[in-house]
Amino acid sequence: MDEGIEGLDTFPKLLMHHARVRSERPAIREKDLGIWQTWTWGEFGDEVRALACALAALGVKRGEHFALVGDNRPRLYATMAAVQCLGGIPVPLYQDAVAAEMAFPIQNAGIAIAFAEDQEQVDKLLEIGPQCPTLVRIVYDDPRGMRHYPKDKLVAYDDLLAQGRERLKANATFIDQEIAKGAGSDAAAMFFTSGTTGVAKGVVHTHMSLIGPSRTAAELERLGERDVILAYLPPAWIGQNIFSVAQAYVTGYCISCPESAETVMSDMREIGPTYYFAPPRVLENLLTQVSIRMEDASRVKRWLYRYFMSVASRVGGAILDGKSVSTIDRALYAVGDVLVYGPLRNVLGMSRVKVGYTAGEAIGPDLFKFYRSIGINLKQLYGSTETAVFVCIQPDGQVKPDTVGPAVPGVELKFTPERELVVRSPGLFREYYKNPQATAEVKDADGWFHTGDAGYFDADGHVKIIDRVKDVGSLADATLFAPKYLENKLKFFPYIREAVCFGHGRDRVCAFINIDPDAVGNWAEKRNMPYSGYTDLASRAEVYALVRECIERVNADLATEPEIANSQIHRFLILHKELDADDGELTRTRKVRRRHIAEKYDSLVEALYAGRDSVHVQAQVKYEDGRTGTFSADLKIENASTFAPAAAQRAA
Amino acid sequence: MILAVESVSLSFGGVRALQDVSFDVKEHEIRAIIGPNGAGKSSMLNVLNGVYHPQKGKIIFRGREFRDMDPHRAASLGVARTFQNIALFKGMSVLDNVMSGRSLKMRCNFLQQALWVGPARREELEHRRAVEEIIDFLEIQHIRRTPVGRLPYGLQKRVELARALAAEPVLLLLDEPMAGMNLEEKQDMCRFILDVNDHYGTTIVLIEHDMGVVMDISNRVVVLDYGRKIAEGTPDEVRNDQKVIDAYLGVAHT
Repeated sequence: MDEGIEGLDTFPKLLMHHARVRSERPAIREKDLGIWQTWTWGEFGDEVRALACALAALGVKRGEHFALVGDNRPRLYATMAAVQCLGGIPVPLYQDAVAAEMAFPIQNAGIAIAFAEDQEQVDKLLEIGPQCPTLVRIVYDDPRGMRHYPKDKLVAYDDLLAQGRERLKANATFIDQEIAKGAGSDAAAMFFTSGTTGVAKGVVHTHMSLIGPSRTAAELERLGERDVILAYLPPAWIGQNIFSVAQAYVTGYCISCPESAETVMSDMREIGPTYYFAPPRVLENLLTQVSIRMEDASRVKRWLYRYFMSVASRVGGAILDGKSVSTIDRALYAVGDVLVYGPLRNVLGMSRVKVGYTAGEAIGPDLFKFYRSIGINLKQLYGSTETAVFVCIQPDGQVKPDTVGPAVPGVELKFTPERELVVRSPGLFREYYKNPQATAEVKDADGWFHTGDAGYFDADGHVKIIDRVKDVGSLADATLFAPKYLENKLKFFPYIREAVCFGHGRDRVCAFINIDPDAVGNWAEKRNMPYSGYTDLASRAEVYALVRECIERVNADLATEPEIANSQIHRFLILHKELDADDGELTRTRKVRRRHIAEKYDSLVEALYAGRDSVHVQAQVKYEDGRTGTFSADLKIENASTFAPAAAQRAA
Repeated sequence: MILAVESVSLSFGGVRALQDVSFDVKEHEIRAIIGPNGAGKSSMLNVLNGVYHPQKGKIIFRGREFRDMDPHRAASLGVARTFQNIALFKGMSVLDNVMSGRSLKMRCNFLQQALWVGPARREELEHRRAVEEIIDFLEIQHIRRTPVGRLPYGLQKRVELARALAAEPVLLLLDEPMAGMNLEEKQDMCRFILDVNDHYGTTIVLIEHDMGVVMDISNRVVVLDYGRKIAEGTPDEVRNDQKVIDAYLGVAHT
């Protein structure tokens, strides 16, 4: 860590520090026209200063909010920093949100000026113009397709930057004074929560509530200026902000922006990040792709892969944790590393990863073990938007698949009698914007934040999260029912994309299944099974048999865990459509909205419990091109075998 | 006026593909040629870039008069085209295919290129940059290295457009750019055609079956039927023209 950096309490101060101290080191990269373009900290700092001068003239004021809509781009981050230099509060919005979803944050924060990446985002902002009278200016980056747009509201980034450079030349001290006015306790950014339930809330973070935990975590993982990350998740999500802004500003490492959402995989291979974050869903998709490609490989390769993966799953994790492993196993693992694990890490773009985090939701233990077994130091992290992410981190050598690790230094944790985890830390948000009632509901007088997650400490003091407090239910016989736990177990199978389990207050558990169209499609192709699309594939008897097999394996597994042995899945159906965020069935971060689904498909749930073997559905479907149509068919419902609990077996 | 076709007639033996067709194309416009099957649309396009040689009539391109064209001359004058049934190099990557669209602009000889020395290297870098800009423009970065044969149809069409654009044409001929596409692909293609027209200022002549698409994106339309021009004008004028309605829907013989 640099000397004197501890005293810097705002992002602009940190940025200017790096621009001085490591002006030639890369700050941010973007792949543009097929080539990685680099901004050094010096260049980035200059651009931010100039831009800030122009933004001040445009009307950005201290304490006012500024919306940003776009993918990870250097100019988006430069704008964010420039706004912070002036004491403004950036509000990043999800770039794939539809126009209507953007209206609320803009109205709520009375936003006057917004940054939009391209024509698509400008169109959305113009569309909601009538509902958002406060929005008077839109700064756009990519001018493509916008030649004929009305000029009264729009300002091109390039023009703004040129103006800014002039102003900076005329008055170089203005911006330094503005930066100096900032204090660590000022609001630094506002993030709108994805809103699993109800209306989105603006989470206000101060500079220090973001910088503090970021610094602690960076020290814990020994991150430095030589580290590299790939910024590929939405900038509106706090995690991306922590990894691509807060921690970069704390350590001076380099962030890389992929060319487009479709090129992330190949860009990752080219950049070779050393510090990596992926939600379980991304890791799952990667593994699915690997499995699909392995099925297509030659027989020798398939055998090698199977053999060495079995070696890895036996000893790989232990080697990574530095535990004692026999010499023969070490030698076998070394051979596997040359033949399988090394190439596999390379294909995944993870050859240089020294720390990888996963968080967002519980990760399937097998999925987690897979990555660790091939030598990737993947660890679990626990946190939320309100806690600036870092609450728990698994320290190296103490990684367990079913816990999220002990508290990060400086964080206090405890469980309420209802098993809810409450947190007190320097990273806690200040408030929900303009919503003191909601703030009071989750943050009590002593400063404890109620996470809404249920769990307990295990024997080593690690936190184990089972589910949301409100989702943990009980079956009719009062045994524990943790739907997410079951769904995660199901989702580990490559053929199952999504699962929704029901059982609270019922006598047994039933499930909706979404198959993975890639994996099942490939499987069907192998069997010469023609199908016309997702709906057709999902209704095939063969596919039902495939899914039933997966469910029965989960049931066998559940039978060995006494507390939850009763929540084995008795009946299931495969949904006729993929659950989709556009239909409100998933959140924007792609978490299942179980209650919403239960209401929307109540007739299906009833049919599952009524013991019928098929159910008629008629549904409105929204096609990708925006048209709507109706769909109607009979969905099959099938039973899955269940197993006697292990305890009972032993007794018998 | 960038292009004028005057009294062009083309026949193959006894088949009269085009009879005394005249029309013009203004600078920067999108001009559509429509008509039922066998109306002579593709023949017209082939006359324009010199694949067919008309027996009568003349073509005036940017002030110069031609009895007929030949494909090489057309290309060097800045006419590029795409084909109804995709004519890409299937085994080559998208990048190489688009790069091949610039071959007329390369000045180095075979030996220099083979050794990749001095000017050849500089030249390739320049051309690569131009190609990358087109790749960026048409949003095909993710398939840059993919062999064309492995791409879905809609994307292949887009790659073909990219290759035509790589020649930096002043006049772009598109032969049924939307044939065989689904609705979403069609919408994308429409957007790209409009963007090309707007951004590069390229004049576009396109043949299309899908009336809806034609009416949405073209400035003026020529309607052919049995080799004759039966109507011409803005999409609205053409849509309400009785002769066009008859040609498309048929007329009852009394």
